[in-house]
Amino acid sequence: MVFGAVMIPIWSAASKAVKTTLSVRQVPYLAIGAAFSFVIMMFNVPIPGGSSGHAVGGVLVAILIGPWAACIAVTVALVIQALLFGDGGITAIGANSFNMAFVLPFIGYYVYKIISSGSPAGSTRRIIGAGAGAYAGICAAALFAGIEFGLQPLLYHTANGQALYCPYGLNVAVPAMLFGHLLFIGWVEVIVTALAVKYLQKQDAVFFDGGIS
Amino acid sequence: MTLTRKLWIGIGVLIVLSPLGLIVPDYFKAGPAWGEWGMDEVQKMTGYVPKGFQRLSALWKAPLEGYAFQGWEGKDPFSTSFAYIISAIAGIAIIAVVAFLIGRVLAKEHE
Repeated sequence: MVFGAVMIPIWSAASKAVKTTLSVRQVPYLAIGAAFSFVIMMFNVPIPGGSSGHAVGGVLVAILIGPWAACIAVTVALVIQALLFGDGGITAIGANSFNMAFVLPFIGYYVYKIISSGSPAGSTRRIIGAGAGAYAGICAAALFAGIEFGLQPLLYHTANGQALYCPYGLNVAVPAMLFGHLLFIGWVEVIVTALAVKYLQKQDAVFFDGGIS
Repeated sequence: MTLTRKLWIGIGVLIVLSPLGLIVPDYFKAGPAWGEWGMDEVQKMTGYVPKGFQRLSALWKAPLEGYAFQGWEGKDPFSTSFAYIISAIAGIAIIAVVAFLIGRVLAKEHE
């Protein structure tokens, strides 16, 4: 819930940035991006050790319409997930948005930018950049989620030491989140992002110069 | 065909395939994502229900809790997959409209 307060200036900055960068012709892609992120999160993938995880798709959305617009798209998906399906939970919208709608698209977008800068729109370097961005973005988001979970028992507990929320500390939460995402879910995000970028290159190579036209 | 139409068809394919995200983890007996436990799961792991968690989870009752229909718990995989697909369609319809409206309001100043 603390992250709700952190997200308010971020959402406000996102809407300001989108006002100057998003063209009316890109609006359908904002809707497609939000829908894509939502449906890709429904694909739970089992992780050895008895839990599961899912890709987010937010790096792909950031590559297509920019990280600020991706922030809005993923936020819409997370809010509807919580309200309609009880997934993530309404009190976790702030933290989930910070990780998946802010950290993930921004880290992913800039890694993609650094690797692919100067390369032709149809180049393999763009696909590699997109894949690397996807991996970096989701693993960074997982690390943040692990830290947020792990801090909960330190900050919130009853007088007799029972956790009020997450019962596991940093020593359990961070490795658990990183293990699943570095080894498994990160690669799902890589495959989804790289395949989509390859497909879009084939459809319309101009697509990648300054986002979608 | 326009690119946006092709991409919506792609979303449609993902909707039809979405029950894989339900069936595959079930097949491997995988639990939910780390930290996304329900109260019964936390109790099983730690022996108690965290009090703050219990209080917060009563704040909101989602109409399609868990991408399933109320009262369909424990139904056969076809029924739960059906509910999963309907949930995906409902979720995407609302998300697309909301995102589109936000986009229209924000991007309006360009043209």
